[in-house]
Amino acid sequence: MTAATKSKRSEPPPAAKWTHRHLLGLEDVSADEIRLVLDHARHFKEVSTRDIKKVPALRGKTVVNLFFEASTRTRTSFEVAAKRLSADVLNITASGSSVTKGETLIDTVHTLEAYRIDILVMRHAASGAPHFLSRHCTSRIVNAGDGMHEHPTQALLDLFTMQERGKSFDGLKVAIIGDIIHSRVARSDILGLNKLGAHIVLCGPPTLVPKRFEEFGAQRTTRLDEALDGADVVYCLRMQFERQQANFLPSVDEYVRLFGVTAERLKRAKPDAIVMHPGPLNRGIELTSEVADSARSAVLDQVTNGVAVRMAVLFLLAGVN
Amino acid sequence: MIQVQLIDATQMYRTLMRMAHEIIEKQADVGALGLVGIQTRGVPLARRTAANVLAVCGIEPPVGELDITFYRDDLGARLDQPEVKSTHFGFDLTDRDLVIVDDVLFTGRTIRAALDAIMDFGRPRRIMLAVLIDRGHRELPIRADVVGKNVPTGRNENVRVHLAEVDGVDEVVLYRPEST
Repeated sequence: MTAATKSKRSEPPPAAKWTHRHLLGLEDVSADEIRLVLDHARHFKEVSTRDIKKVPALRGKTVVNLFFEASTRTRTSFEVAAKRLSADVLNITASGSSVTKGETLIDTVHTLEAYRIDILVMRHAASGAPHFLSRHCTSRIVNAGDGMHEHPTQALLDLFTMQERGKSFDGLKVAIIGDIIHSRVARSDILGLNKLGAHIVLCGPPTLVPKRFEEFGAQRTTRLDEALDGADVVYCLRMQFERQQANFLPSVDEYVRLFGVTAERLKRAKPDAIVMHPGPLNRGIELTSEVADSARSAVLDQVTNGVAVRMAVLFLLAGVN
Repeated sequence: MIQVQLIDATQMYRTLMRMAHEIIEKQADVGALGLVGIQTRGVPLARRTAANVLAVCGIEPPVGELDITFYRDDLGARLDQPEVKSTHFGFDLTDRDLVIVDDVLFTGRTIRAALDAIMDFGRPRRIMLAVLIDRGHRELPIRADVVGKNVPTGRNENVRVHLAEVDGVDEVVLYRPEST
């Protein structure tokens, strides 16, 4: 051994830590934690490009997809993500579960937990359902959409897609267009984008973009051209006709005329602006096929990135003691 | 914490050069060599080893970067959150004679994870292991083919390799609790 040294070397600043047992929404997630998920997602995306698209990170863990609402793309995205992490996956839908026989939500989950599951991915029509469950179960819970409240993994994959398309969040102008009031995606996107410093403009008919959304720190307009002017990201939301109990719109034709994104109207956005949509998209309503299929469209990137982001979320939750 | 410098910059240069010679001696076909550095400090060590092989025999083996986080067997059991780094191979691993390069060999669990990870990327003809420091305390039947320096340590001690590329200085330091 050579000479002893007393020099103190500077350590790199500690990286953000993920400390949440559950991912219920982005409201309680910090900007650093969001960046941590995005950073992990970047590495997990590389896994999906390999010949063997699988790593053993969650080997021996069981992930349950408990979907009380119809969903194909979110459920399959979680399923692919869990399987690429080598977890065992159970898919349970409300129509095939004992819920239809009158079993309570807590009893359903307690029954599942008796199988020693580790992570519960849950979609429910009632806002706050995963929050309620998180107080009554030992598994980690991922909110895969609760009513009109939040859809955090969708927002995280949206943020990841923007970042991947070269967008820097600080000062980024994001126009979110359409059925804001019924959209849990919009709520989570607004929360996430706000935390990262983006400027958000919400646009749609006044019935679908209520004034109270300004409390989220977003600008509000009913004029599409104003929302599109200089936008970096144009985020079209699906018209959720199935949730529209009241008469929110005079007609779909009028909505298309006033708020449908066309190639011509998109010229108002920045030349490198991207177009996003959480899917499934109603072609010819929220946006034209010309826009949806253009190089500016990041819709399929969102689908691809959903797997990477959900792998990151499952990995981080599984690693929390 | 008492800090004892085990290797300085000059000794590290000589050690790495000797390790390169040993790798070449063990490898009949240097052209078939490929180096895989384990993130974080194994990567610059692998690059330096490749440069040393080039200096000795005129052939520079390709260098890949491997992160083993997804292959660890202690997710959820660790107190610290694993930091994920990139994995990147610029060459086909199949039928290569690979040398895994890392800074410190300790329990052997990192190397086990590295072997699992490499097998997911291809089927190398042979895999060797080169480490700058072997500090003992193996928990798995793994040994290095090329060792820079064997350092007998206590379980409560820590060995850290500092490299100019990452830490701004080349040295190996032993950290020992004051009470021992």
